Amino acid sequence: MNLRVLRYLVLSMATFALPCLAFSAAGQGSMKVEFEHFLGDQALRVDDVQYYNAAGQSFTVSKLKYYVSNMMLYSTDGAEVSFGGYYLIDEDKPDSKDIILENVPAGDYNAIGFTVGVDSLHNCSGAQSGALDPVNAMYWTWNTGYIFLKLEGKSPASKSPGHLFEFHIGGYKAPANCIRTVRLQMPARRAGAEIYIKADISLLLSAPSQVDFSKLSSVTDFHNAPMIADNYAHMFSIVNTPGIR
Amino acid sequence: MRTRSVITVALFSSLLLYGFARDNNYFTVTLKDVEFKVPPGFPRPVYDFKNNKLSPEVFVLGRKLFYDPILSADSTISCASCHQRIAAFGHFDHPLSHGINGLIGKRNVPSLQNLAWNKAFMWDGGVNHLEVQPLSPLTNPLEMGETVSHVLEKLHASPMYRADFYAAYGDTLISSERMLKALAQFTGLMVSADSRYDRFVQGRDTFSTMEQRGLALFRSKCADCHKEPLFTDNLYRKNGVKPDTALNDKGRGMITGEERDNYAFKVPSLRNVERSYPYMHDGRFRNLMQVMSFYGTPENFIPGSAPDLKKIGRLSEQDKQDLVAFLLTLTDKTFLYDRRFVDPFIQ
Repeated sequence: MNLRVLRYLVLSMATFALPCLAFSAAGQGSMKVEFEHFLGDQALRVDDVQYYNAAGQSFTVSKLKYYVSNMMLYSTDGAEVSFGGYYLIDEDKPDSKDIILENVPAGDYNAIGFTVGVDSLHNCSGAQSGALDPVNAMYWTWNTGYIFLKLEGKSPASKSPGHLFEFHIGGYKAPANCIRTVRLQMPARRAGAEIYIKADISLLLSAPSQVDFSKLSSVTDFHNAPMIADNYAHMFSIVNTPGIR
Repeated sequence: MRTRSVITVALFSSLLLYGFARDNNYFTVTLKDVEFKVPPGFPRPVYDFKNNKLSPEVFVLGRKLFYDPILSADSTISCASCHQRIAAFGHFDHPLSHGINGLIGKRNVPSLQNLAWNKAFMWDGGVNHLEVQPLSPLTNPLEMGETVSHVLEKLHASPMYRADFYAAYGDTLISSERMLKALAQFTGLMVSADSRYDRFVQGRDTFSTMEQRGLALFRSKCADCHKEPLFTDNLYRKNGVKPDTALNDKGRGMITGEERDNYAFKVPSLRNVERSYPYMHDGRFRNLMQVMSFYGTPENFIPGSAPDLKKIGRLSEQDKQDLVAFLLTLTDKTFLYDRRFVDPFIQ
């Protein structure tokens, strides 16, 4: 490449870059999204707290893990910003519950959206790493696909061995497609703000479909998985202050 | 006379020594060895090596992993325990797969070839990508009974594998993605396209009268499902046999959850079928003549079998022999004796 061409290139790049810098100064930044796990009004505690479902059955929770991806922010002027990345939220790993959205353009955002699960493309892409590494035990090896959500625990009402219940929900193909999208309205936020999202396990077990542990203690089948997926599509809400970790 | 025999012996031994010296390169894999070429007449492959750049070092790592029982829970079963080269990478003379602790699996081990053209894997098509296929036998309690994380731990504890991963990827990170991609290079390069059939089709070989009759019969009766040149159309069908009540294997239905897919299985490729006996998803037929006898008698098919089977009609004894003669031309010695796929641990 001759020197003159190079000079033009550098100059034109600088011309384009300058407004971007100005833009950044006007409010671009990152935004932190925190997922918090609750049972009704109580922060979730694994193993040692007895909870009750709407049918009065007592239960404890031992594991809660789920995939979140395709994060979106919606601004008051109608703009949509999408963020790549796949996140595995794990109750046992506090760090996993914080998602940082980088390079959020300036603007007022009054809604946030995301997908619960993993899109079909990434269920068919072979060996992957990071959150999508099969080593995370969120993967079916005999019928390829990610397990979008795992909820496990014990309930005396469960007829499974050890009174366990195990909900492993996934599937990217009809008729058992369990990919769900969530969109939550919120008071307008700007880059630099923190967003707290509450995931209420009591809703996961009750709304719209009530889970009766005596009838349903293990979900892997095509009929019940989409029903639980419809529940997890409705278990999220925006809270204004962080809960107790 | 005596001098002559001394000279002869000396000549022979030096030739032998030369042979051994040459053999040092037997396990060497060069750039040329890892070229993936689509054979003439083959369709576009499904697997794309663009996302898994072929290299001799990665291939060699994949080959080692394929032959190493370290992938199983008790380090007794490797991929090659069931995918044996002498049986076209099927399980030699075994109707059902074997696993750790003497456990017996529920299906016949499929032979391996032309995997880069497979849309899905396993008899039920449950696995959707070449790279993730090994995870199924690896975690199946009746096969290798392992976990991915434990295999990675074992590999990491091995100085040999740390060196191999370094050679393959330029650092010592041992991840499932790297392990699986290395295996995919080894299995994806298993291309069988140089059988006598292939040479005949390309005009480089001749067929006997029997073989020619067999090919004609095959094309009119079998080739709709066992589609040339892969000898499978990669679809799932009810293959006519009565389900084995002890195994009660619902096949494709377990994957789709659809009643209509129950007892349907993937159409297997017939390449190297001479070596991969016994046959069918449950290994019920011991030899090719038994297969011919079953499919050549329309009354054998259970109700609800694939309609394609009607095309076969009744086969005469001569038809059966001709068909078998043709099937034997699918044995690809270039592939079966390819040094690249030989167990590297025998070095």
